[in-house]
Amino acid sequence: MKFPVPHDVKGKTIPGTEGWERMYPYHYQFVTDDAERNQYEKETFWFYDGLHYPEPLYPFDTIWDEAWYLALSQFNNRIFQVPPVRGVDHRIINGYVYISPVPVKDPDEIGRRVPNFMERAGYYYKNWDELEAKWKTKMEGTIAELEALQIPRLPEVEDLRVVTDGVGESTAYHLLKNYDDLINLGIRCWQYHFEFLNLGYAAYVFFMDFTQKLFPSIPLQRVTQMISGIDVIMYKSDDELKELAKKAVALEVDDIVTAHREWADVKAAMAGRRHGDEWLAAFEKARYPWFNISSGTGWFHTDRSWNDNLNLPLDGIQTYIGKLRDGVAIDRPMEAVRAERDRVTAEYRDLIDNDQDRKQFDELLGCARTVFPYVENHLFYVEHWFHSVFWNKMREVAAIMQEHGVIAEIEDIWLLRRDEIKQALWDIVTAWATGVTPRGTKTWPAEIEWRKGVMQKFREWAPPPAIGIAPEVIQEPFTIVLWGVTNSSLSAWASVQEVADPDSITELKGFPASPGTVEGKARVCRSAEEIRDLQEGEILVAPTTSPSWAPAFAKIKACITDVGGVMSHAAIVCREYGMPAVVGTGHSTRVIKTGMTLRVDGSSGLVTIVQ
Amino acid sequence: MGSALMAEEVRLAPGIDSRAPKVCMFEDCNKDSVPLVGGKCSSLGELINAGVRVPPGFAVTTAGYAQFMHEGGIQAEVNALLEGLDHDDMDKLEAASSAIREMIESRPISIELEDLIAEAYRKLSVRCYLPAAPVAVRSSATAEDLPGASFAGQQDTYLWIRGVDEVIRHVRRCFSSLYTARAIAYRIRMGFPHEQVAISVGVQKMANAYTAGVMFTLHPSTGDRSVIVIDSNFGFGESVVSGEVTPDNFVVNKVTLDIIERTISTKEICYTADLKLQRSVAMEVPAERQNIQSLIDDEITELAWMAKKIEKHYGRPMDIEWAIDKNLPVGGNVFVLQARPETIWSNRQKAPATTGATSAMDYIVSNLLVGKRLA
Repeated sequence: MKFPVPHDVKGKTIPGTEGWERMYPYHYQFVTDDAERNQYEKETFWFYDGLHYPEPLYPFDTIWDEAWYLALSQFNNRIFQVPPVRGVDHRIINGYVYISPVPVKDPDEIGRRVPNFMERAGYYYKNWDELEAKWKTKMEGTIAELEALQIPRLPEVEDLRVVTDGVGESTAYHLLKNYDDLINLGIRCWQYHFEFLNLGYAAYVFFMDFTQKLFPSIPLQRVTQMISGIDVIMYKSDDELKELAKKAVALEVDDIVTAHREWADVKAAMAGRRHGDEWLAAFEKARYPWFNISSGTGWFHTDRSWNDNLNLPLDGIQTYIGKLRDGVAIDRPMEAVRAERDRVTAEYRDLIDNDQDRKQFDELLGCARTVFPYVENHLFYVEHWFHSVFWNKMREVAAIMQEHGVIAEIEDIWLLRRDEIKQALWDIVTAWATGVTPRGTKTWPAEIEWRKGVMQKFREWAPPPAIGIAPEVIQEPFTIVLWGVTNSSLSAWASVQEVADPDSITELKGFPASPGTVEGKARVCRSAEEIRDLQEGEILVAPTTSPSWAPAFAKIKACITDVGGVMSHAAIVCREYGMPAVVGTGHSTRVIKTGMTLRVDGSSGLVTIVQ
Repeated sequence: MGSALMAEEVRLAPGIDSRAPKVCMFEDCNKDSVPLVGGKCSSLGELINAGVRVPPGFAVTTAGYAQFMHEGGIQAEVNALLEGLDHDDMDKLEAASSAIREMIESRPISIELEDLIAEAYRKLSVRCYLPAAPVAVRSSATAEDLPGASFAGQQDTYLWIRGVDEVIRHVRRCFSSLYTARAIAYRIRMGFPHEQVAISVGVQKMANAYTAGVMFTLHPSTGDRSVIVIDSNFGFGESVVSGEVTPDNFVVNKVTLDIIERTISTKEICYTADLKLQRSVAMEVPAERQNIQSLIDDEITELAWMAKKIEKHYGRPMDIEWAIDKNLPVGGNVFVLQARPETIWSNRQKAPATTGATSAMDYIVSNLLVGKRLA
């Protein structure tokens, strides 16, 4: 299994992007001028984090990468002291993020970390429910602060109140301060994001690991099935759409809902109709907080929320109305999922040969089930609710920068790093205070235009799935479960990488995530916008899926993703619906084209391009 | 000589008196019938009573064997021939063995026993809607559970036997297999009186196998009890059991009955019934069929379901022979021919998977320290 070394990749700068490094934090670069760091980088195995970064990273969007780089690493290494592993190191090449878990190499040091980990992580596992309740309060408080945060426009002249109240502070100061507050709230919410997550994943990983020791042939999808059927709020947004579909049918306004593709038209047509207002009121009520759900993973500013594009929830509601009219049950079959979960769990448990193993199995299963709601629900709070509000607050900052001529378009702000934005705001407020033109009006628009060109070139580049030499052992729980890094996935990625012509590929191998075999037409969807084109019975091919894609699963008969392990969203939902899924194929959206006929074998993880 | 012989009969098959049936149908047997009908027939009876589809048949019981051996005075002659033999003297053992076997295989059996067998065979043929149903004739030993006992030659199986005379001839061949030179030597060495061993013979409707093979209710290479592993080839199962071909291999999840692995091999030969010769012959698998799956998925699922049921009935991992009958319609054509407890993994003391950790926390820490191999 061969992957390129860092500097071979780095050495081949895409023509026209020279100097791209300045778009990202300096410590994210592979280096050649520091012998020690260079040696470390060469000896380390880096894999491309396509789960979170299917697209090259905009300079501003680096914020979440920095946030999780810090948060995950600090919890692993400084707070809980996971004995054999420190944090997860990051690098960037052509806008794509490469990561690598950092091991603790000295056995004595590992030994010294054990008692700390036992005490600290043990405390969290023991007091999980209580700490989780506390977490929810902290997180909701942080979101409330974010929602209340003002991004003030700079007035021509300050309000008289500033004088009469003796305020002694200008709007300029509040703009700078509130921008800082906005960024800090973002970093804070990511601190909370990782408070429990590593421990949650560790509980998962080792339940899986133990079950596989007992039953070497058990498919991972059966292990995760034993932790399925637990109610989590992550799916509540989708449930709201189902309720709205049912209500539309009950109030006999479903024909209006399905008559238009644009939400504005539905809303207008609803106005004069009997029960129209009642349904619109229910729709408005569902929006808070449930439409604060991103149409993507929530990691990119491009992932707009349902609130930002009401056509997306509308499309979902229309799908469900269609199902209701066909007499198809739309509620997730939770009773059946639980009954099957209990049957599968009990049968495996009965096959365990001795009491000691059975006791261990019970303990680990109990632990995995305890952590499950957090592992799912944190996504709604952080990546969806918080982020959806956050991106729009940033757009308010952008509006001020646009007003002062530093950027041409609101969406240009994402081409600046957060510290560059802070500088530009200083430029703006001091020029405003002084009564001159900000310097940035001449420098930033040109730089942004150049960066746009660079981003486009980055997009056309295919990042290698991994760089460096693959290790024999990985201790980082995340890397295994979430990113699906194993020897077989790495070699599958490597072999596809070696094929020069993607058109010659007829087979892709991924994780068998949900069993069954079907054949059908492919629909490649890179964004939630594109899922509106999905036809009934197609096979969804996506970089990765997120909860706001849930209505799509009511239409498709199988799902394939580039990135993800057996606990990824696509895997979980397909298992619930009982349709095949192959995840973590590495390259499916690059190789497969819409309209191709595919055979998806969710039991073996093989995707075949039939024609 | 009657009374003395009766006494011997009681000794040779404890619990069976002179009124014990000489012939009995499989469905009348169960796990407690071993002294009367041997391990194989009693297990077939047990399976039938557990609701597993087994080709019908009957057993010539140990009482039937005893009657044959004593009524014609064969046992006395046999004993005389064995008198003074040394278990090391292979030449003499071989000579005695062939004399005894020839005698057993040539002596007529009593009209009473012949009628009983013929009637059972007739009933079986009627039940199969066949004139002179083809049957497999197999010995079914009673002594399999003797510590270290080995009765080589007893596992002889005669396939595709038709007509009552042929059945009786092969029943006698099974009887005579108790007197192979090795078996005699073994008994002498172990000090078992020859007249205390007995044998039963199973006469079972031949499954006219399109495909057949074996399956285990655990993974033979890892001992994983959550799977059923099936080996299959076209034709009768002999090619699979004997290892003459590399069979197709399927791994089925025991809990969900999903097929989780399939390996299709090149299968060059198979055994089938030669209708002209009326016997089982080896033949080359036609080239176009050599690399195709020898079992369809529905059959795999049904076999796995049956295996699961059998394991549940016996409460332990099992080793099963099966066949798909080509003369019967889908839905009633999958048969179990034999089921016995799996011994290799079941007799091995398996270490617990847990390393003594009991709390989830202890387990997580001890395994974090080891890390996850990227295998």
